[in-house]
Amino acid sequence: MYFHPDSQIIELQERARDLRLDSLEMIHRRQAGHPGGSLSAADIVAALFFHKMRIDPQNPEWPERDRFILSKGHASALLYAALAQSGYFPREDLRHWGDLDCHLQGHPDRLKTPGVNMTAGLLGHGVAVGVGIALAARMDGLPFHTYVLMGDGECQGGIVWEGAMAAAKYRLANLTAIVDFNNVQLDGTVQDILPLEPLADKWRACNWAVIEINGHDMRQILQALDTAGEIHDRPTVIIARTTKGKGVSFMENKSQWHGAAPNDAQLAQAIAEIKGARHHG
Amino acid sequence: MAEIPMREGYGKALAAYGAVNPNVIVLDADTSASTLTHFFAKQYPQRFYNIGIAEPCMIDMAVGLALGGKIPFANGFAALLALRALEQIRTCVAYARTNVKIAASYAGVSDFKDGPTHHSIMDIAIMRAMPQMTVIVPADANEAGAWVPVIAEYDGPVYLRISRAATLPVHQSSVTVQIGKGITLRDGGDVTIIAAGSMVGRSLLAADQLAARGLDARVLEMHTIKPIDAPLILQAAAETGAIVTAEEHTILGGLGGAVAEVLSLHHPVPLEMVGVHDTFTRTAPTTELLMDAFCMGVEDVTAAAERVIQRKR
Repeated sequence: MYFHPDSQIIELQERARDLRLDSLEMIHRRQAGHPGGSLSAADIVAALFFHKMRIDPQNPEWPERDRFILSKGHASALLYAALAQSGYFPREDLRHWGDLDCHLQGHPDRLKTPGVNMTAGLLGHGVAVGVGIALAARMDGLPFHTYVLMGDGECQGGIVWEGAMAAAKYRLANLTAIVDFNNVQLDGTVQDILPLEPLADKWRACNWAVIEINGHDMRQILQALDTAGEIHDRPTVIIARTTKGKGVSFMENKSQWHGAAPNDAQLAQAIAEIKGARHHG
Repeated sequence: MAEIPMREGYGKALAAYGAVNPNVIVLDADTSASTLTHFFAKQYPQRFYNIGIAEPCMIDMAVGLALGGKIPFANGFAALLALRALEQIRTCVAYARTNVKIAASYAGVSDFKDGPTHHSIMDIAIMRAMPQMTVIVPADANEAGAWVPVIAEYDGPVYLRISRAATLPVHQSSVTVQIGKGITLRDGGDVTIIAAGSMVGRSLLAADQLAARGLDARVLEMHTIKPIDAPLILQAAAETGAIVTAEEHTILGGLGGAVAEVLSLHHPVPLEMVGVHDTFTRTAPTTELLMDAFCMGVEDVTAAAERVIQRKR
């Protein structure tokens, strides 16, 4: 566990707000995308991209880079904002997301966008793909860590648990999954659509180490990532309790904002609320 | 040439190639004693992953290994790989263009004893529809082995279709194969039989029978269904004026479909297709009986050849 000064926490909170602002502006400009799950995961992604991960945006294929896999590929706006803010490509590109000739696809495409380690979109692949990456790292003696960011609804699919069992079989301590447990999916709440609880017990039963945190508490996020790095005999899942649409009052906990774009007035209000939060902590 | 099962030719070649290429990783889904990847597993246990009856997971793991610079061969039953793991193959292998080799064993009706759930008669059609996928159907054990180094050294997704059975031997162990280049096994001017997999040997027998009836049949082995060797097909169409396709697969969308597309777009000539006629198959005591019962017998090929020659003028 490392010491995280307040200044670092505040800076990462600022970066998370910037990711939220970029994500919303991108979704508004395109009138397409997934705001709810981008806003819920923004703090986690900020912690990974701007603090935890060893990456080199000038050298996206660096063999020793930490790997980030966005298994919940529909939060692509958030990933693209993080990649642009990290310097993988010009921020101007974000304005062209979804254009026919733009490298930024609706969902992440590893062949088109620098910094995207794996193509995603249809849910469920991240853990099992991460198992393969982590095994290759072990075989080659490479020290990098693989992080898989998943949605909660995604855990309703069997492939997630196939991957979880495989990761446990090979005791992949270099693999960490993070579940953005915002409890809202496309059609409603997770407990109404298909309950996941007790989710921590499910992962424990698969022989994973489990850390449960508030996914909007930056200090808890950093400490959880630190702890995951100190577990050497098994993979770790961080179950991050989050709020769908976090930071925008009219989006919070609303399944309608899973995949809907704000209009001009809604965007203005959303920006004001997120910027306001900057001043009020 | 001794008849050995195609899966044995593949499994032994994979183990032998393991010594040559340390980047080759083998995955299996609790079928290594059937696919015969156990030869590789015994020699290279550190490069073998048995991940249980979870084919979708196996494919995604192979994708991750490929992203890590390895050359994974993912092995299982064709019916499970092409159907249950299809979305993994579409999204994470073909679309993401990861360097995964899918070795689909027990293909066609070669798992005669387990019945139609285990038969795989639509996998070629499925895989052929996928951009960036290479689809290869060896004719016999020697050829299956010959493909191992070739597909390992090709950079991109490959679907290699392996029979459980000892198909009629066609090739010496020294056979050389090239992706996308069909093989002319027998020349002839009256009709061309374009065959793949177990139907190659049967088509050569059919050509012998046709010769006894005074008909001169050319036999092409079209091992690569995608990318299809269009120039070889069009040359045969121009020179013989009639085509028969023969495959251990439904006639819808497989080799027959691929050849029909080439012909109808570029050089229409009469075409007959030998294969399963849009029906599910049955359990049987042998693969050979099953093939005969579902329109893939030697007589089905000769009859198709005679029909198509009649249609020429």
